[in-house]
Amino acid sequence: MDNTNNNIDQMPKKSPFSMQIDLQKFEKATDEEKHQQEVMSNSSSFFKDGMKRLKKNPLAMGSIIVLILIVLMIIITPHVIPYQYSQIITVDGVRDKSASNMAPLKHSDLEKEYIKKGGKVFPHLMGTDELGRDYFVRVVYGTRISLTVGIIASILVLLIGVLYGSISGYFGGRVDMVMMRIVDVIYSVPDLLMIILLSVVLNEILDVNSFPFMQKLGTNMISLFIVFGLLYWVGMARLVRGQILTVKENEYVLAAQVSGAKSGRIIRKHILPNCISVIIISAALQIPSAIFTESFLSFIGLGVKSPMPSLGSLANEARAGLTTYSYKLIFPAIMIALITLAFNLLGDGLRDAFDPKLRR
Amino acid sequence: MTKYVGKRIVLALVTLFIVCGITFFAMNAIPGGPFDGEKAISPEVKAEMEKRFNLDKPVSQQFIIYMKNILHGDFGVSAKTGRDIGKTISTSFKVSAKLGAMAIITAVVFGVILGSSAALTRNHLPDRLIIFLSTLISALPSFVLASLLLLTFCIKLKWIPVWNPKNPNYILPVISLAAYPMAYITRLTKTSMLDAMGQDYVRTAKAKGVASWKVLFKHALRNALIPVVTYVGPMIASILTGSLVIEKIFTIGGLGSKFVDSITNRDYPLIMGVTIFLAVLMVTMNLITDIVYKIIDPRINLD
Repeated sequence: MDNTNNNIDQMPKKSPFSMQIDLQKFEKATDEEKHQQEVMSNSSSFFKDGMKRLKKNPLAMGSIIVLILIVLMIIITPHVIPYQYSQIITVDGVRDKSASNMAPLKHSDLEKEYIKKGGKVFPHLMGTDELGRDYFVRVVYGTRISLTVGIIASILVLLIGVLYGSISGYFGGRVDMVMMRIVDVIYSVPDLLMIILLSVVLNEILDVNSFPFMQKLGTNMISLFIVFGLLYWVGMARLVRGQILTVKENEYVLAAQVSGAKSGRIIRKHILPNCISVIIISAALQIPSAIFTESFLSFIGLGVKSPMPSLGSLANEARAGLTTYSYKLIFPAIMIALITLAFNLLGDGLRDAFDPKLRR
Repeated sequence: MTKYVGKRIVLALVTLFIVCGITFFAMNAIPGGPFDGEKAISPEVKAEMEKRFNLDKPVSQQFIIYMKNILHGDFGVSAKTGRDIGKTISTSFKVSAKLGAMAIITAVVFGVILGSSAALTRNHLPDRLIIFLSTLISALPSFVLASLLLLTFCIKLKWIPVWNPKNPNYILPVISLAAYPMAYITRLTKTSMLDAMGQDYVRTAKAKGVASWKVLFKHALRNALIPVVTYVGPMIASILTGSLVIEKIFTIGGLGSKFVDSITNRDYPLIMGVTIFLAVLMVTMNLITDIVYKIIDPRINLD
């Protein structure tokens, strides 16, 4: 109390309350502190917002890094490693018969002699297979094939599904009903059985030579794509149609219509941005499922044409010498698991980031 | 309800007809007949044989005959062994059905238990562990998982004997078949359990003093299991196709390995027969699942 009484002259006497407060104890705010009060954030778009949320998800970011590393490996390996996926190892121009089924990082007798003489032999990071081909290169090419198959198949599904679904959702009414009945029927067809059946048949009647770019992959892959194009798009079509139907009913679409926006603008500005996240996520999740299907087909002997490897066919071939050469199963298995995990986690992360409605 | 069931049955029948059609005409599109073997046969014998197997008739008529035979349970004979396909299917399916049923039970029981324990310990260690494992399992194709299990437990550790038809050990094949559906059911149960626990009726039950185990089992779990029922149809399909590779890996002589063998041997009548048999099974199971789903949860409007 003494304190207040002493300083009472120095205090502004505007209101009786200031009697109780000692203004001497207050400090003036610095510029920096004043700046903190400005809470306005920078303007943000839907995409930026989503990316910001995605960056905070360690699993999704980890998956992106893993996928980038895998793609880099696929691109760089053929330039660095002096072996081909179908090339049987030769030492100094001589075919190395002792170089089959070597464990990782081992050298064959012929190679050891060559190294003693001063020659350089690139190490076999994952050993060699039963024909004496470098296994690392085969795994890398297998990854490449599996990824390509997954991506092409999911693009096919995306294109057909979005086109079909948006036509059905946009026109509605009788068109929608007929189109959706067709989807219902295709949806309940057991897809894997049909893939097996059509692969068997197309194998016999298709001529690889009419598809020059597919020659190395073999007819089985063409039939795989055909079957994906025929059967797997129905899930996507249903999704797109459902999205368009719900988004169409939203008030902001009505508001846009009322304020005189043309339907082209409404679709571009209001309907598509609200559907696209779901579509992209489901396309991303389609990739591992296509890789699974491809490896399944390779397993039952309907996969890529040898000597071209795929992860599925490598894992299948590895079963023959499972007891002695178990690493031959483990490497492709790890690659499949990595790719599938990465795409699944990335898909989940994208869903969380771009579609808060779906978040659980 | 009746209208819905009728609609679903019609849809199932149309689907089956289309599957049979695709199967028949696809197999017919393959060049070469069954009698173009290594041995040359005289045209008279060939004509006689074709007449016997109705191959001299137009394709559409052959299709009708084939469909009629199938409806009578007659799938024809295998092109390689000459055995009756219907009999082959019925004997080998017994093994597959036993394996599949065990896998389904394992997947559902463990999936529901793991999923609800994950939901109850949300964001704690058990939840994290269960979700991590189920994510990991669903990233491995079943044949890779089966080979790895075989390698670890049969060959390296020698804990479990290799498959032997006289003294079968179902543990590893059932685990490899059940793993993927189990992981799926775990995640499904977790989300639907969390959803159910947040519902008003659970809060009401808690508020009026119902014992917590009763709230859990009677109010939360029962409602959380509804989405799991929808997965039963797809799960049966996935287990049936999964058994193709699993049986091959463990050398179990079921329908799956017969099917894979018929593909390798290009035994077209057998491929046709097994495809149609499996398709009928899957479509029927889907039909039953959809109807059961509608019965147990009348709130759902599937139209």
